Amino acid sequence: MDQAVWLPVAFAVLMGVSILLYVILDGYDLGVGILLPRATPEEKDRMIASIGPFWDANETWLVMAVGLLLVGFPTAHGVILSTLYGPVAFLLIALIVRGVAFEFRAKAGAPFKPWWDRAFFAGSLVAALSQGYMLGLYINGFAGGLTAHAFAVLTALCLAAAYAFIGACWLVMKTEKDLHVKAVRWARLTLGAVVLGMAAVSIATPLASQRIFAKWFSFPEIIALAPIPLMSGAIIVGVWMMLQRMPRADHSLDFVPFVGAVLLNVLGFTGLAYSFYPYVVPDRLTIWQAASAPESLMIIFAGACFVLPVIIAYSVLAYWVFRGKATELRYD
Amino acid sequence: MMSDLDPTLLARIQFGANISFHILFPTISIALSWVLIYFKIRYARSGDEKWMEAYRLYVKVFALTFALGVVSGITMSFQFGTNWPGYMEKVGNIAGPLLAYEILTAFFLEAGFLGIMLFGFRRVPGWLHTLATVLVAFGTALSAFWILALNSWMQTPVGHEMRDGVAHAVDWWQIVFNPSMPYRLTHMVLASGLTVAFLIAGLSAYQRLKGDERPAVKAALTTGVVLAAILIPIQIFVGDQHGLNTLKHQPQKVAAMEANWETRPAVPLVLFAWPDEQARDNHYEIAIPYGASLILGHSPNAVVPGLNDFRGNHPPVKPVFFAFRIMVGIGLLMLAVSWFASFQIWRRGEPVPLVNRVLVAMTFAGWVATLAGWYVTEIGRQPWLVSGVLRTADAVSAVPAPMIAATLAAYLATYAFLLAAYVSVLFYLARKARIPGTTVKDKDQIPFVHEGLPADAAKA
Repeated sequence: MDQAVWLPVAFAVLMGVSILLYVILDGYDLGVGILLPRATPEEKDRMIASIGPFWDANETWLVMAVGLLLVGFPTAHGVILSTLYGPVAFLLIALIVRGVAFEFRAKAGAPFKPWWDRAFFAGSLVAALSQGYMLGLYINGFAGGLTAHAFAVLTALCLAAAYAFIGACWLVMKTEKDLHVKAVRWARLTLGAVVLGMAAVSIATPLASQRIFAKWFSFPEIIALAPIPLMSGAIIVGVWMMLQRMPRADHSLDFVPFVGAVLLNVLGFTGLAYSFYPYVVPDRLTIWQAASAPESLMIIFAGACFVLPVIIAYSVLAYWVFRGKATELRYD
Repeated sequence: MMSDLDPTLLARIQFGANISFHILFPTISIALSWVLIYFKIRYARSGDEKWMEAYRLYVKVFALTFALGVVSGITMSFQFGTNWPGYMEKVGNIAGPLLAYEILTAFFLEAGFLGIMLFGFRRVPGWLHTLATVLVAFGTALSAFWILALNSWMQTPVGHEMRDGVAHAVDWWQIVFNPSMPYRLTHMVLASGLTVAFLIAGLSAYQRLKGDERPAVKAALTTGVVLAAILIPIQIFVGDQHGLNTLKHQPQKVAAMEANWETRPAVPLVLFAWPDEQARDNHYEIAIPYGASLILGHSPNAVVPGLNDFRGNHPPVKPVFFAFRIMVGIGLLMLAVSWFASFQIWRRGEPVPLVNRVLVAMTFAGWVATLAGWYVTEIGRQPWLVSGVLRTADAVSAVPAPMIAATLAAYLATYAFLLAAYVSVLFYLARKARIPGTTVKDKDQIPFVHEGLPADAAKA
């Protein structure tokens, strides 16, 4: 097949996987940050310790996704990020504050610790909100107007709640005792907002674009696509029933809600990806119109095929080393 | 009022502010990771607790520095596109793969093993912890390699051809190892080493002045001072070679560095002057006769290029001229201080309090010199973004000036605050280090002591 045809598709897949991994992995980091004010000082330390060894690598998937957008689809990078210039600035400053608060809270003097905890919370919340806001604008194809911005506010709130949900599920898996009990309660509370958010996006996306409506609600596509909403519903019910039965004396099933949250992310993302393919800027630029020269893409693609399995291998190693319930973090 | 602002200038200031803030932290983490490995090796070899104490302080400095480098680096990946869309349109086929390889090979390597390096001490076998530390160090160096390859290609672009106004790669080997790349990379890696040497020397001297008498402080102080004393002459030599390379490929940059207006033989070395671009002459000039000709041409009558040969096509003279003098001035000061302090350590075991005070004052001297050096080379490339290929003004985005100005103000406020917090926390950590924390009682807890520790071998 012609390189100019399949390489942009391969890059779109790589970029999609990077965004999905970022949303899942930094999603739970940000969620833990959003939940931080609801915990006691000791619990805060344990919550931070549960994400300490991972957050840095998790955030690298955002650099990877934006980097792939930049090098694979430079025109789209320019259009999308110039349009979202304001929310992007909020996101970046929030991510900076969140990332450094993580280090400063443990290293600055004790009187400053509560302030860095507040910075960690604020950074996590603003980062989640601005990502959700950008998602809302993107879904509406960057249409201006009050409705589009009101919808973006809704997606912002829902994404923050969804991050809080996956963060709570992470804590259910990684903590014990009082914090574990609290995390179960947080997960139950935020699950409702997740359902609302997924429903809002599922309804708004086909309404915003005739093309997307036709892609979902035509025969026989509708049958092939039915598993996405059906499985999502089944997982939501399953996770809900599981959370009702927690905490359990036996911790062997503590990972189940987190796995459910990951699957919900995957399904939701698949739905969105199906809606927007083959556009990288909704209804304006396809991946082929926006792609770089094939020979440059080929150089990167060859490298990515070789390097990505290695990255996945040592990411798995890191999760294996820090498996089980979170313990105190020590440099020595 | 705000709409009168020039978006190109604002975009440059914003990008310059972000990249200046960012580079501070990799400059430390590149070399500090290797110093940590050095502390580890010394401890494993000697079993002397002082090396472990030094490791314990500087691994915290490393963790903090690394976090600041990561988060400020994310900003860069966004701003390439938001501030300079014309850049990716014109040279994206070259810059794209180089940036992608930096992310794929370096960023993930660093970030993937950082967790094990920082917190895995008691969780993994000693060899794996050492391997993780080496891989993080290697990752930081690899990151420097790719980004300096790209920056050097923008200074001295080769290995490409222009088709329909867009650069296409012809020879990747030539692109990566372009003419200025080996010089710039070596110069930057040495700058990182010097920055870390003075950082460690400064923090240790501060601890010493506060009455901290632990052997760990002296060991770290000696490490910093001697490392600086070894690196600075090498850096001066490499810097000179880098200058000669620039003379060959970007003569207008050297002309601005020297504030030399006319191409002529027997050019003096200007120590101080106030260059005037309107009059195209220098005021208040103090100069050493034949100096510039001797340095640049190795002969008193060598011809040195002048700015008037590049009218309308050379960088603004004042910033390049003064930044160059700041860099060289700090370099010479580093030479004097590190050699004098080394001499005192050799004669009397440690520097006198006055020298310690000078070292404290120079804790971040490496930052100032590194930034000054980058301003020389980056402002010196103007008005080009990619020499001879793309002008900076043609790459700027259509984002309205007030939007850039507002976000710029927010970034600057954040950076100023974080810089103050970073510097004060470093000194706080240094002060706190003397309070006995965890001492290593149970050697089994420390994995890497089993890698050929003479004391253990003797016991066995």
